[in-house]
Parts: sequence; C-alpha cells; structure tokens
Amino acid sequence: MEISITVNGEDYRRDVEPRLLLVHLLRDKLRLTGTHWGCDTSNCGVCVVLLDGVPVKSCTVLAVMASGRQVRTVEGLERSDGLDPVQQGFIDRHGLQCGFCTSGMMMTARWLLDHNPDPSEREIREAISGQVCRCTGYENIVRSVRRAAELEAGS
Amino acid sequence: MTATQIPARVPTPTPTPVGYGSIPRKEDARFVRGRGSFVDDVQLPGMLYGAVLRSPYAHARIVSVDISAAEVHPKVRAVITGDMLDKRGMAWMPTLFGDVQAVLATDKVRFQGQEVAFVVAEDHYAARDALSLIEVEYEPLPALVDAKLALAPDAPLIRDDLDGRTDNHVFDWSAGNKAATDDAFATADVVAECEILYPRVHPAPMETCGAIASLDRVSGKLTVYATSQAPHAHRTMYAQVTGLPEHKIQIIAGDIGGGFGNKVAIYPAYVCAIVGSILTGCPVKWTEDRSENLMSTAFARDFHMHGEIAATSDGKILALRANVLADLGAFNGTAQPTKFPAGFFHMFTGSYDIAAAHCEVRSVHTNKAPGGVAYSCSFRIAEASYLLERMVDVLAHDLGMDPAQLRMRNLLRPEQFPYTCATGWEYDSGDYPTTLRLALEMAGYDELRREQAARREGGGDAPLMGIGLSFFTEAVGAGPRKMMDILGLGMADGAELRLHPTGKAVLRLSCMSQGQGHATTFAQIVSQELGISPDDIEVVEGDTDQTPFGLGTYGSRSTAVSGGAAVVVARKVRDRARIVAAAMLEALPDDLEWAEGRWQVKGVPSTGKAIAEIATAAHSGLELPEGVEGHLDATTVYNPPNLTYPYGAYVCVVDVDPGTGQVKVRRFVAVDDCGVRINPMIVEGQIHGGLADGVGMALMELMAFDANGNHLGASFMDYLLPTSMECPSWELGQTVSPSPHHPIGAKGIGESATVGSPAAVVNAVLDAIGVRHADMPLTPAHVWRAMQGRALRTDVALE
Repeated sequence: MEISITVNGEDYRRDVEPRLLLVHLLRDKLRLTGTHWGCDTSNCGVCVVLLDGVPVKSCTVLAVMASGRQVRTVEGLERSDGLDPVQQGFIDRHGLQCGFCTSGMMMTARWLLDHNPDPSEREIREAISGQVCRCTGYENIVRSVRRAAELEAGS
Repeated sequence: MTATQIPARVPTPTPTPVGYGSIPRKEDARFVRGRGSFVDDVQLPGMLYGAVLRSPYAHARIVSVDISAAEVHPKVRAVITGDMLDKRGMAWMPTLFGDVQAVLATDKVRFQGQEVAFVVAEDHYAARDALSLIEVEYEPLPALVDAKLALAPDAPLIRDDLDGRTDNHVFDWSAGNKAATDDAFATADVVAECEILYPRVHPAPMETCGAIASLDRVSGKLTVYATSQAPHAHRTMYAQVTGLPEHKIQIIAGDIGGGFGNKVAIYPAYVCAIVGSILTGCPVKWTEDRSENLMSTAFARDFHMHGEIAATSDGKILALRANVLADLGAFNGTAQPTKFPAGFFHMFTGSYDIAAAHCEVRSVHTNKAPGGVAYSCSFRIAEASYLLERMVDVLAHDLGMDPAQLRMRNLLRPEQFPYTCATGWEYDSGDYPTTLRLALEMAGYDELRREQAARREGGGDAPLMGIGLSFFTEAVGAGPRKMMDILGLGMADGAELRLHPTGKAVLRLSCMSQGQGHATTFAQIVSQELGISPDDIEVVEGDTDQTPFGLGTYGSRSTAVSGGAAVVVARKVRDRARIVAAAMLEALPDDLEWAEGRWQVKGVPSTGKAIAEIATAAHSGLELPEGVEGHLDATTVYNPPNLTYPYGAYVCVVDVDPGTGQVKVRRFVAVDDCGVRINPMIVEGQIHGGLADGVGMALMELMAFDANGNHLGASFMDYLLPTSMECPSWELGQTVSPSPHHPIGAKGIGESATVGSPAAVVNAVLDAIGVRHADMPLTPAHVWRAMQGRALRTDVALE
C-alpha cells in the first residue's frame, strides 16, 4: 500500500505491506534506528514515538495507520540551537545506562513536559509506568525529567 | 597586524576535570540523539535475514523435517536443518562449561523453544513466513520438568546423545570441612533448617540477543556483529565451531542494550547466521524476538537449597550447611571459571565469622533451556547470599532475636581482615559493623521498629509493616589466572594505551560495556594517572581487531580486572614519559618526581612537563638515551592477584495489604562499600539498577513451567518486570574500604545490588506477615497464601 507520512518534519512516501509495523518502517525503511524494538506485546515501551503529538508504542501501530500523520522520533528531538532540555536532563542526571530504553523514555518525557511543565515525582513515575528500564531502577530517569523541567523553566 | 589574522587558539575557559569524580558520561551524546549502534541497527549491503523455527515440545523425538515448501518461497535464500549441519560437523557446539549443545536439533528436542531449523530470506517478515512452511514431525516424549524428580528411576533420560549416559545427573560438588561442620552441628544449642528456592529467573535485557555474520568469500574473513559481553572468547569459540582460522574472525560488539550475563554465551542462531552467510555469500542478520529471548537464552538461578545453621542460644553462629539441587536445563551452559562447577556458591558464609561450613551441590538436567549463571549473579554468590541472609532471619525468628542485632553479633570485625573464610576465600578488606550501623541509622531502624510495634498493637485492616535487612559480601574480578579460566582461557585482561604526538590518548580494552559507562570510567582512570583530561582519552572496546585479548565483562570484573590493566598500562606510559622528560630537562630520570600531573625536577615545579608536552617530544627528534625507543605507547596484561570483595548493608521497608497480599516497597536504604569510587554518579546508577532487580525478583519475576514443560513466562505479559511504580526512591549511602591489592583500591560494583537486595525485600515481606519462610516471587496471591499457612512451590505448576 502507498503511504505518505511525515517524520520529524520530513515527508516520506513509501509502498509498504499492510502488515508492516510502524517501528519497522522507521527502523528498516527510513533508517531511523534511534527508535528501538524490545518485546512483542507492547509491554516494554522502548519503541515509543509521538504520533500526532501523543506517545504510542510503534510496535503496535501499523505503518498504514500512520499514513497522513505526523511522527516524531528521538532523531527529531534536537533543536537547531542544541539539545532538547529532555536530552540535556538525561545527560545531567545520568538517566541512561545502556541507552536502549532511552529514546522511548525521552519521547514520553517530552510529551509530559509539553502538557505539564512542572510534574511531580509521582506524575513522572506514572507517565513512564508503561515503559521498562533494566539499568537505572528509574530513579535517575525521574530526576532527569525533573532536571529537564527546570532547564525548560529557566530558558 | 591585519584584522583578518587568525587568532591564536586559546584554551577553553573552564578547565576540564582530571581524574575521578561524577562527570557526565562520554557515551551519552550518541544515545540521547538515537545514534547508538546496536546490532539490529547495523545494515550491510545485500544483507539477508534469518529466523529460527523452534520446538513446541519440551521433549520429543524428531521423526522428520520437511523444508521443501519453505525452500521454494520466492524470498527464501536458504533453509538450514540439523541434518545439514551434521554433514558439516556443526550440528553441535561446545558450551562455556565444556558440555555440548545442539545448534539445530538432529535427534531430539530437549526444551520448548529449542532451535530446529533456520531460514534465510530477503527480509525478516518473509523469513518468519517461511517458518510456517516447514513441516516437522515430532514424537512427543515425557517431559522432565521438576528437578527433584530428575534422578528418579522412571525419569525420562534427556541426554541420550552422550555415550554411556544413563541418568540426568550432571555433577556433584562440595566445599568446606564436613567433619568440623558436623561436629559443630552435633553440639550446638540451636539448629535452624529451611528449604529455600531461588527460582528460575531471566536477565531480560531490553535489547534481545542478535548477530550479523558476514563471510567475505575472497579474503576468507568472517565478521560477526553480535551482542557479546565477551568478544574475544567468542572469537576463539567460533574458530573452534566453524573451523575457520582465528585470525580471520573479527567480532564487533558495538553498543549493547543491557547484558546482565544474558550475552555471555554463544547461542545456536549465531552459528546459524554464520552458516547462512557461508551458504549465501551475503551478510545474514538474526535478531531474536522477546519470547525467543525468554525461552531459549541464559536464564538464572534455579537453585533448590536446603540450609542449616547452627548457633548458640544467644545467637553466635557456629556452623553452616547447605545442600543444593541445581537445575541446569537440558545442556550445561553455565558460564563460570572451570574449577568451580557451582560457581562461587561456596562463598556462602558471606559476611559472618562462621568457623565451620560445608556445602554440597548436585546438578541435574531437565527439559528446560540451558544457562543458570546470569542476571548479575556474581557466579552464584547471588544464590549463596540469598540463602544465608534468609537463614539468618530464620535463625532470628527461631531465637526471637532482632535480625539487626543477630547480624551485628556475627559480622566479621575489621581486625580480622584479610580474612580467610571456612571455604577458603581470602577477603581483602572491610569494616562491616560501621557499614551496617550507617544503614540502620539512615533507615532510622529503631524508630521503624517502634512504628511497627505501634501498628501491630493497632491491628485492624491497616497495612502490615515489615522491615528487612541483608548484609552481603561478594567476590568479584575473576580472576587470578592460576585459579580461573573459561574453556582453558585464563581470566587475565589485556590493555593497550597509545599517546598521540599531541598528547591525546587511545585506550584499548578487552572488556565490553553493556551500559556500565566504560568509555567514561576508564578514561577517568587514565586521566588520573597521566594528568590529562578524560575528554582527551578515547576508550575502544568490543572490536576484536582493535583490542587486546581478554575475557570480557561479566561477574563485575571490568573495574577489578580491566580497570587494573588500565592503571598498570597508564603507569607504564608515565614511566616512559619520565625518561623522555629527563631528556627534555637534561636531567636524570631519578632526579624527577611526578607532581600534580607533571614530571618535574624534584622540588622545582617550574620545570614541570605535562604528558602532552612529553608526548610531543617523544615523537620528535629529541635525542633519547641509548635503548629508549621513543613514543610513549604501552601494553600490559593484568592478572589480578586475588578477587576483590565489595559488600553492603541493605534495609527495606514494606507495607503489605492484609486483604490482598499486595506488597508496597515503602523505602530502600542501601549502603555499599565497593572500595574507591572512580565515577560516583555511575556507581550509584549501577546500584539503583540492581536494587530494582531485587524488587523484581522478590516480588514479580518467575519462569515457571507446566507439567509438559510449557514455558509459563515467555513474554512480558507473563514474565513481569518492575516498573517505575513498583520501585521506591532509593536511599544510598557509602563507606569506602579500598582493596589493598587492586592498583587503585577499586573493587567493582556491577552486581552488588542485584546480589544483596532480594533478601532484604523478602525478609521485609515475611517480617510484615510474620511467616518464617515463603519462596520468591512474593506475588499478592503467594503472599496471601503464605499468610493462610498454605505457601506454594512457585516454580512448577504441576496441577
């Protein structure tokens, strides 16, 4: 099927199998490998991207369902003037170790801060509760998102 | 001067830090941009994709495998079966413990999920499609699921592939002094006994395992991109399996999305990808899916333990005994030093002064996936520590003593170090009582006990409050080469350090980061030794063509072994720099001293030469003394003199809903002593992750099986991992007891919290509900049953 999709502000047209998952479109066809794949059951959340501004697990969205819509991935976080505060927050507070869940965590954090610029620890924990990290025990991810909120408030 | 003249380059205004401290990680820049290079991110020209057909049965004879329909699928380029591999002598491969494991099954399948056939196709959807076109006829056999029945006379024989094998027994192993232990038990006031299961769990890194094999038919060179925690060991094993010469094999490990011991072994599908590349002449990528990861790759634990502890009536522990049945699965794929078939389990006297100890470990095969040594277990010290820390609480329960007081009474005292324990381990350093006191203070232990007493008095439907302790000691940094090898490869690590003419450095190591921050930590080690910025030191790992030989990263050995190598090689460079600096200063090397990151004439700071200047001179025409070659580069192989012994004291506070058995971890205090901390931020991150592992294993994680050997935890729907909602905000403290034999006193931290934390959580839950023992995972249903006095075996669902 022919689809047209906007990813990180760029328009792509592709002829894809109807069963192709969005995560595989991004990774294998568009070569945007910053979005990862980690489970078959939409439990782990390493594949989270923003679809029309809302976090989705891209392993449970068909590429054809994203046709005509806007996708934002980790590659679309950096701004022309430098890192997004979320990216900087994760660096400043050691919010990542192996880096595999990081993209999904940061996309959810971006969405959270867009809707709630001053989230509490509890609100951050709830926002990322559908995503799994095996390295950080979540503590520094929570601190990273708080740091991002502070950076954003200060800028 | 004209306006267009290029200004002289000025130094950056803020000085970059040198040496140890919590600096941001060098590796983060790529990960926060989504620019990591995980194996599935790599795409090579003309690459094909593999998929594995797996057995639906736990135990069955293979009658026939018909691949004819799959072979004619328009996108399929090759289909590989066990019989095809057998003709090339590749149907079986060695495991890390000297057993053999089927690459693709030829005779029987021995666990559910075992590899039966491998399809190579033009894309991975097509490869998956073609799997359904392969017809396999199985003759189901009775499955052996319960390790406790493995040696029964009527147990099905699993390993009939091995000549002369008549039962499912793998090994018996013992350590300690049996006579002394028996004597102590015979005369003790009190003996506490308990059956304790450390169930089968799985490391489940977020990135599953995978490989890309690419054979260049012209040069004969095989390149394997792989999720490998031990690239050099993998290269040697591939040479053995494939018959290709080792110098024509290159392993590239790239970025690894978490390992935790899951990526130490070589898996059958890696070998299949190599065969696929040999057959097609194209690179072949294979990435497993989550169910494949959970069902077929290295699991952890599965130790059925019987513990006995002998003590005086006032709580002095006299002796310890353990009898263990280990379930290894269908093949012995445990990854640990050869001389220790049960790993380091016999360090089970832990942190206490116990005069006599004896343990016996018997291991058996069952119809389950192979593995056992993984999930940050420190070569089975996880099992030993859990057993002991549970037994101490059981003893406290039986004596009616406070578990903190009982621990304090028996901890090793600082003056006993170096201490040789009853089973022969020589502990390097520690001040255990200080560490425990700090943990109790941070937790407000006495206040917590008062709150608990008040709650108990109040009764009603209020949550039941529990306080749990653990005090663990690990032995990490395997290991002294004389004692430790894997498949005959001694466990020493190489390091190479190059100093470029401008004073920038490249450090090449054999270990392999899976998120531990090696690029930063090891740069800081060299920075500290040479007085140059960590930004000026590039750390190279994971590519066997670019790095010296060594055994890789697992068992918390990176800082202890490769860290030692990094120090030694940097000091070699510094010693060479002294000779060059002496020539620069027209002095004798003996007249120089190393001060504040520079070589200077003793007592004359103005003569100081920094490493960068010396590096420039070392590459210049400067005349050097006879016999000095120039340049500053150095290499070393670090063979650790002993293991290092990190330890810690943990306090967990939980609230349990008496109606549902739901456990809420309210607080977790962790005081770790890992010797010198190079990057405290990274160390704390390592601890955080391990504490979450402990919460997961204690409360949620379990690989159970039904009577037919069907895996009941084969997806993240069923194998539950802790999320941000189950984890509290961790409260960390530290003490610092440098290791006296490590060049910078560091001990390693990678696995400490995973080893130490499960017991603290379990002890807290059992303290809350007033039950002497119940096995992990303490799910709501299981806690509720334990409260009713009807605890279950958690590992088998035989009804």
